[in-house]
Amino acid sequence: MEKDIILKAENISKQYRLGQVGTGTLSHDLNRWWHQVRGKEDPYLKIGDTNDRSTKAVSEYVWALQDINFEVERGQVLGIIGKNGAGKSTLLKILSKVTAPTTGSIKSRGRIASLLEVGTGFHGEMTGRENIFLNGAILGMTKKEIASKLDEIIEFSGCERYIDTPVKRYSSGMTVRLAFAVAAFLEPEILVIDEVLAVGDAEFQKKAIGKMQDISKGQGRTVLFVSHNMAAVKSLCNKGIILEHGKVVFEGDIENAVSYYLGGDPEAMNLKTFGKEHDFPIFKLDEISLNNPGRTSHELLQEKEVITLTTKLDLKVKDAERYHITYHLYNEMGEAMFSFSNAGSFSLETGVNNISCDFPASFFQSGQYFLSLFIIEDSRQLLFTESDIISFTVVDSGRELGTYMGREPGYIKPQFQWKNNIEK
Amino acid sequence: MNNTNTTNDWLFEITPKNKFFSLNLKEVWQYRDLLFLFVKRDVITVYKQTVLGPLWYLIQPLFTAITFTIIFNNVAGINTGNVPPFLFNLAGITVWNYFTACLNGTSDTFKANAGIFGKVYFPRIITPLSVVISNLIKFGIQFFIFIAFYCYYYIQGKDLSLNGSVFLFPVLILVMGFLGLGLGMFISSLVTKYRDFSYLIGFGIQLLMYLSAVMYPMELIKQKLPGYGWIVEYNPLAYIIETSRYMLLNVGEISILGLCYTTIITIAVFFLGLLVFNKTEKSFIDTV
Repeated sequence: MEKDIILKAENISKQYRLGQVGTGTLSHDLNRWWHQVRGKEDPYLKIGDTNDRSTKAVSEYVWALQDINFEVERGQVLGIIGKNGAGKSTLLKILSKVTAPTTGSIKSRGRIASLLEVGTGFHGEMTGRENIFLNGAILGMTKKEIASKLDEIIEFSGCERYIDTPVKRYSSGMTVRLAFAVAAFLEPEILVIDEVLAVGDAEFQKKAIGKMQDISKGQGRTVLFVSHNMAAVKSLCNKGIILEHGKVVFEGDIENAVSYYLGGDPEAMNLKTFGKEHDFPIFKLDEISLNNPGRTSHELLQEKEVITLTTKLDLKVKDAERYHITYHLYNEMGEAMFSFSNAGSFSLETGVNNISCDFPASFFQSGQYFLSLFIIEDSRQLLFTESDIISFTVVDSGRELGTYMGREPGYIKPQFQWKNNIEK
Repeated sequence: MNNTNTTNDWLFEITPKNKFFSLNLKEVWQYRDLLFLFVKRDVITVYKQTVLGPLWYLIQPLFTAITFTIIFNNVAGINTGNVPPFLFNLAGITVWNYFTACLNGTSDTFKANAGIFGKVYFPRIITPLSVVISNLIKFGIQFFIFIAFYCYYYIQGKDLSLNGSVFLFPVLILVMGFLGLGLGMFISSLVTKYRDFSYLIGFGIQLLMYLSAVMYPMELIKQKLPGYGWIVEYNPLAYIIETSRYMLLNVGEISILGLCYTTIITIAVFFLGLLVFNKTEKSFIDTV
């Protein structure tokens, strides 16, 4: 079957000028105009750095986006992932026609409506009802369309009681609810959504995600979704692109995209091999690794699965049972969380030991953790220690749609024995 | 087989540059409800939470007319012929106010709406259009007070008469609206990059009023300042003010040549404004 491409971006680039627009603007404009008159290329298009906020700029111009190409099929939910300043918002701005690309073009077979920031154009002096009409019209709906959905919109927002009160009297949460409600009832072929989940309480987030699922799955509309919430991205999207310094560095299946994005962090390597400096007369430490059963340690650790910590230790002495290992676990704040040891479970033997320890499924919250290793003799003598010998990152697994997408507090979520004795 | 990849049935394309003149009337028509809602918003929210409310629309021209009458007619002694000076000034000010309101309102388009323009797309021209239309409503209210005073003076037995050409008055207002819109769009585009223009417009409008024959008949400047009268004669606005007084009060003169000149200038300014506006709307958000 042929692919039904609804949106196609071809060589999109966007150049910005750094620093203050002011001095030199007029001279640059005149120079540009002079080149244009003579039929030459814009002299300022040739120069420009890539978009990397941490390096010092060489040129006054910077490419916020460079040669972006992608295609979106009808009904697809595309997640756009990237660090702050990678160019996500610029791309969305171009898609929603707020600003034009410097070069390249976007072709579309459907109307695009954006939810760049909800509540755009709300007027504080007007009532909720009046604002629904105004906001809807700004987003491209006709009065008739809005009127036919007015009751649904009001119900979805949950602001029935205040609908004839000026919006300036609303709490910020209510404003957002009302604004999202209007946008949720938009019916464009392509919907662009940026960080709507950052606002609202858990109940409203649930509602919002559910509505977005309806839009994409139920109604078969195409959605472009930008978010930092990996759990939400994973649950909603089926394709992802990753932006880095204004370029697309990855395009593909959402699972892989999220893994690539998080794995791009060098500290997320879950395998460490040791060499000569860990070779001692009594023992040699070969390798420490973490993995989910059935996956390699190069893949990301999923919070919902068992996580296995394996320590490969070569004991060169005969009385190997005198030794045991202990780990201390630290969170990303450097706070010690607990210590655990193989002492009491089994004794080590001479030769190569592959000591493994299983953390139950859904034990860790997503986040980065650090381990310190201790090798102990006769349960009292410290033989070897190294802090932060390995770090690992646990990531959110996809969640049930309609459930809470945020991170629970704390670092671990132990599964306790719950009981319920019902009195009759 | 449905081979959509090779066909070119794209609904639209987003490209770096607009076509030269793209007054996309079809798109504006699609967004007509938004235009209407913007007008409604502008009209009903201006004087919310004020005690006098819409009366403010009337207070401003009345007091300006009284001040002008005292300064220019009583102190400076400008002669307005048979027409009571107050009515003469009120006519000039009402018409002039419409122009300044259009110019002031539209010249701020990009800067004032940067927040909303930065987030969502709709044809940008909707905003200046809504300013011109909502000010037309305001003009209507102010014109009503003019009619009230007209009747008052008529009953008092003043020698007042309408000119037969008064039915062309709406056309004159339309021309004026377009002149304000065109100039406003031009300036609003420049303001996005060069803020200097927003300062210029502030006192520029004040100075322009003195050159537009608002508080004196055009004939007078030619008599008193024969060397500089041409400045006023080259000002298209002066013809509009003078002609509207001719229509409403039957004073002064009507210059067909001057009106043709005004119309041509208006069309030129409007299209120049539109051209610059179109060029700016695509990427102003990067420079504003």
